[in-house]
Amino acid sequence: MTAAMPLIALRGCELRFGGSTALRAIDFSLDAGERVALVGANGSGKTTLLRLLHGQLTTQLAKGERVASHGLPQAMVFQRPFLLRMSVWRNLQVALWLAGVPRHEHAQRARDALARVGLSEHAKRPARVLSGGQQQRLALARAWAVQPRILFLDEPTASLDPAAKREVEALIHTFAAEGITVVMSTHNLGQAKRLATRVVYLEAGELVVSLPTERFFSEALPERAAQFLKGEMP
Amino acid sequence: MGTWQQSLQTAFELVLQADAQLVRVVLLSLAVSASACLLAGWLGLGLGAWLAVARFPGQGLVVGILNTLLALPSVVVGLVVYLLLSRSGPLGSWGILFTPTAMVLAQMVLVLPVVAALTRQLVADAAKGNGEQLRSMGAGTAASAVLLLVHERFALITIALTAFGRAISEVGAVMIVGGNIDGFTRVMTTAIALETSKGDLPLALGLGLVLLAVVGLVNLLIAVVQRLSGAQA
Repeated sequence: MTAAMPLIALRGCELRFGGSTALRAIDFSLDAGERVALVGANGSGKTTLLRLLHGQLTTQLAKGERVASHGLPQAMVFQRPFLLRMSVWRNLQVALWLAGVPRHEHAQRARDALARVGLSEHAKRPARVLSGGQQQRLALARAWAVQPRILFLDEPTASLDPAAKREVEALIHTFAAEGITVVMSTHNLGQAKRLATRVVYLEAGELVVSLPTERFFSEALPERAAQFLKGEMP
Repeated sequence: MGTWQQSLQTAFELVLQADAQLVRVVLLSLAVSASACLLAGWLGLGLGAWLAVARFPGQGLVVGILNTLLALPSVVVGLVVYLLLSRSGPLGSWGILFTPTAMVLAQMVLVLPVVAALTRQLVADAAKGNGEQLRSMGAGTAASAVLLLVHERFALITIALTAFGRAISEVGAVMIVGGNIDGFTRVMTTAIALETSKGDLPLALGLGLVLLAVVGLVNLLIAVVQRLSGAQA
């Protein structure tokens, strides 16, 4: 029996910014349908790994390679999404235009995406006057509208209040349930437990442990990961 | 003190009587400077935005030169454009020296670095935190430049109005390439220079006050635009 090809594979990847090493000897593969949470302290390399997986840093690799399925539709949502000084509707149209979606599909996709995240009644409002939670939901709508197979999320709920956090988590859960592969960085281990099927712990640019969520939170972990877990878990 | 009072009185009389000569001079000033700014805006917004998001060897040098050109003296621009348009110059066959067209060309050269340099800085600042997000959505250099221009459109209007203020208040370039011909190429600044040289200080100052009022209106427009910009977050 042949194992299914991973969507993305990193082999021995090393990244340096200036004089410092941001990622070292990273071996990682992402399979279809996974929900991966990248956890670790500030500066551990979570966001850098996310960006590398997304393909933004491939040309800057000092060592190793990133192999991805050809023509893989993917989208990324940032901690503080950049919304253009335009209406909610126009922001979606721009995202669809940039993703190369045929023009005749724009209106329907934008309508569906707004309905999906509960922002239909805000379509005509300027995007930048929305609340933080609404802005993040719009960013998710923008990502979902391009029908990605992989969704990368960089600390998507870091600056949100608990109610907005729950809304965004519910959306991520729904997207994942539809079959979208999700990779997210988070500081929130509770969130990792709720949303992920696999947890990856990083420290100082090294991938220390990568385990299915249940095992990550129940098994004995390498010392460094165990200490982090102890410090972060309530 | 007498000169100041007389100047104020002259300025009011000129405006209230809608002096035909004054109206002609003001309209020509506005037309020349607005045309120059439109042309410089068309070129400068694109150039500035592209310089902000593109990456190429020697970019730092190009940006350095552009920033240096911000201090370009208007008489030098006038001289260069004069040499280009004079009968023996490379563009002498156009036959536009001492016409309003030559004045538009000179003012466009003068304000182009202003528009391009300020736009580059504005778009570069906007791209600093957001360029990566645009790239992650599939935006290339041109699309990023256009989207960031649209995003910063209110600030760009401020830049355009700044350029207009620079254009309408300069005298050296239009004097050299326009020749200050009465009823044809005379604008407010060249008229002020002429009246000063003739010793008619009240009229010169009066014209100066009218010029200030025009620039004041431009500033008012900037304030309105900035308020609109604030409303759009």
